Amino acid sequence: MERLTAIEIITRMLVQFTPVWICLFIILTLSVIFRRKLGLYGRLFSSPIGVAGLVLVLFWVLTALFADLIATMDPLTQLSGMKNKKPGWPVTGVEGQWYLLGGDNLARDVFSRMVKGSQIVLAIAPAATIFAFMVGITLGLPAGFYGGKLDTLLSFLANLVLAFPVILLFFLLVTPEIRSTGVPLALAGVLFLFPIIFFSLLFFTRFDENPFKLKIYLSITLVLGFWAYSGLAFNKDPLGVFYMDPNLLNIFVSVVFVNSPTVFRIVRGLTIDLKTRDYVAAAQTRGERPWYIMLWEVLPNVRGPLIVDFCLRIGYTTILLGTLGFFGLGLTPESPDWGLTINEGRKLLAVYPHPALAPTFALMSLVLGLNLLADGLREESLKD
Amino acid sequence: MISFLIRRLGVMILTALCLTFVVFFLTNLEPNLEKLTKSEGNMRMTDAQVQSWLDKNGYRQPILKRYGEWLGVMPGWTRTDENGETTGRCIRRAEDPDNPPEYCGLIQGNWGFSLVFKENISGIVREKLGLTGKLMLCVMLVMVPLALLIGVIAGMREGTKTDRTLSAFSILTTSTPEYVSGVILIVVFASKLGGLRWFKGTAATAMENATFENFTLPVITLALYGMGYVARMTRASMAEVMQEQYIRTARLKGLSFRAVVLKHALRNALIAPFTVIILNIPWLLTGVVIVETLFNYKGFGWTLVAAVGNNDIELLLACSAVAVLVVLVTQLISDIGYVFLNPRIRIN
Repeated sequence: MERLTAIEIITRMLVQFTPVWICLFIILTLSVIFRRKLGLYGRLFSSPIGVAGLVLVLFWVLTALFADLIATMDPLTQLSGMKNKKPGWPVTGVEGQWYLLGGDNLARDVFSRMVKGSQIVLAIAPAATIFAFMVGITLGLPAGFYGGKLDTLLSFLANLVLAFPVILLFFLLVTPEIRSTGVPLALAGVLFLFPIIFFSLLFFTRFDENPFKLKIYLSITLVLGFWAYSGLAFNKDPLGVFYMDPNLLNIFVSVVFVNSPTVFRIVRGLTIDLKTRDYVAAAQTRGERPWYIMLWEVLPNVRGPLIVDFCLRIGYTTILLGTLGFFGLGLTPESPDWGLTINEGRKLLAVYPHPALAPTFALMSLVLGLNLLADGLREESLKD
Repeated sequence: MISFLIRRLGVMILTALCLTFVVFFLTNLEPNLEKLTKSEGNMRMTDAQVQSWLDKNGYRQPILKRYGEWLGVMPGWTRTDENGETTGRCIRRAEDPDNPPEYCGLIQGNWGFSLVFKENISGIVREKLGLTGKLMLCVMLVMVPLALLIGVIAGMREGTKTDRTLSAFSILTTSTPEYVSGVILIVVFASKLGGLRWFKGTAATAMENATFENFTLPVITLALYGMGYVARMTRASMAEVMQEQYIRTARLKGLSFRAVVLKHALRNALIAPFTVIILNIPWLLTGVVIVETLFNYKGFGWTLVAAVGNNDIELLLACSAVAVLVVLVTQLISDIGYVFLNPRIRIN
């Protein structure tokens, strides 16, 4: 078989992404039609930068969802004779199969690895960011609202983590040896508690006067929360549904740990700013409890800046995950993670650049999309 | 002002102590010590032999005591074995073993001995910091003027096409971490595929003799990532200043746009970027580690990676202490500088 030309490669890749194009089209059309009813998300469509960001982000989210359909080969299979082959090289012995973006140093398909890699990034980065936000919000609200000694202590701890060079923390925390000492487990044990605390407080303050509803919501939160908690943090889920690979847990915990102090600082600053507002005073006069005011008066009013920061932070977390991969920390070496692949590819960069280039552009476009989206959201939310 | 400084310094010292203790704790975890023992003794030591070696070499004292010894605020351990031979932390490190000092730690300038480089750590750190300093200086010289220029031009006429283009460019550079831009730059400017072989893809020769050819790519890679952020901050600050009353007054009294920007806006707009630039230095540390690894430039970041990879505990500790100190000092400088630059804060 002949090697594919550049145009053929592009066409075949576009065809491979068909499910993504279809979904993208449906989502965008629906969003544009109903944009007046969709609040901040709807208004995003009047900012070209925001739309560009949204399209990029959606593209990768959908790619991660349909990765099994899009990938042409198995990302881990090594085929003989395909080592370091150029883009568009036909698979030896199989009719109608090509390595669309060439083969890497271990004769695996670069294109399929890039597509599969998106699943890893898009599973870890948003989840880790959500956890970091839970920690940051649960601690930042009282620190800003009460002030005083609590604030001094929490701010000191946050600054402590912030003064720690990130790369050093990763080198110390994300090693296979550290697992046997239980440090990641202890961190996970503390950090994973925060979502449970957050939701319990949320329902507790809301349904204070409605004991029946309170009981339902609270018991659902506690049962689900501690079920997931036992599985994710300690791998002791009695039913075996929740499970996290120890390597993954290590990475996840470190990333949450690095991100939470920044979220804490943002939430604290915003709370200090908002607590002198009239509606807070009104709630206080009504006799509302402090936690009700924090969670149901202050928090909804800081959602604008928090959503913007959420987008930026997912991008930053993606960069962090790439950094970890680049230094070979964390995930198993054969995993198609983008950072790891860049690290493998860079050794032969001068001779065979194509294995490193695919994940490079993938990572860049995803982070760019998130940053553009954040910029669009910021612009639109400032118009209020 | 004095009380602010004293309080700030106190917090800084407390932070430094906490952080170095955390690093000390994490580098001296059991698995690391076992690895160290096996590389010092031999690979086939039994568990009992490992334990006795650790015990003999002072690794089995309480962690706080050992941290104090390392810092130099507690006397180093000594031990006399069955044969009447006395060993001790300070005896091994002393230049004159018969008359060892009581304290030997970081404060006394005794940073220990690197197992891998077979050299005194203080010497290594000084040399490597010099190399990284050279890199950082070049990065700053490229990054700061460019970032300020982009930010000011974008911010002085908010919403125009120039502003949008420059902002998009800044967003693009902040979305491109060093390991991405480095790879792309090497492929374009230093590989067969890119065709342009203007620069070298490695900076190993730049350590003694930095030339345009071998130093450009690492400098640009580092500068690009930091630049976008500084430029965006400058733009925001400039855009805010341009809406102030005194700018309108200056415009209305007939000054040209050029004069307004140069004489009235610029000075006030550059206060915020100052803090950002200073705080960028510790932020660049991650970038330095990546770039030095990618381009094989054996500076401070490269040494840090090597120390981790080789389980060189003493070297890693020293590097971490320096890194933490750099972060804290830059934070202090930015705080003090901000107070000096911004009269409104000084009065409060």
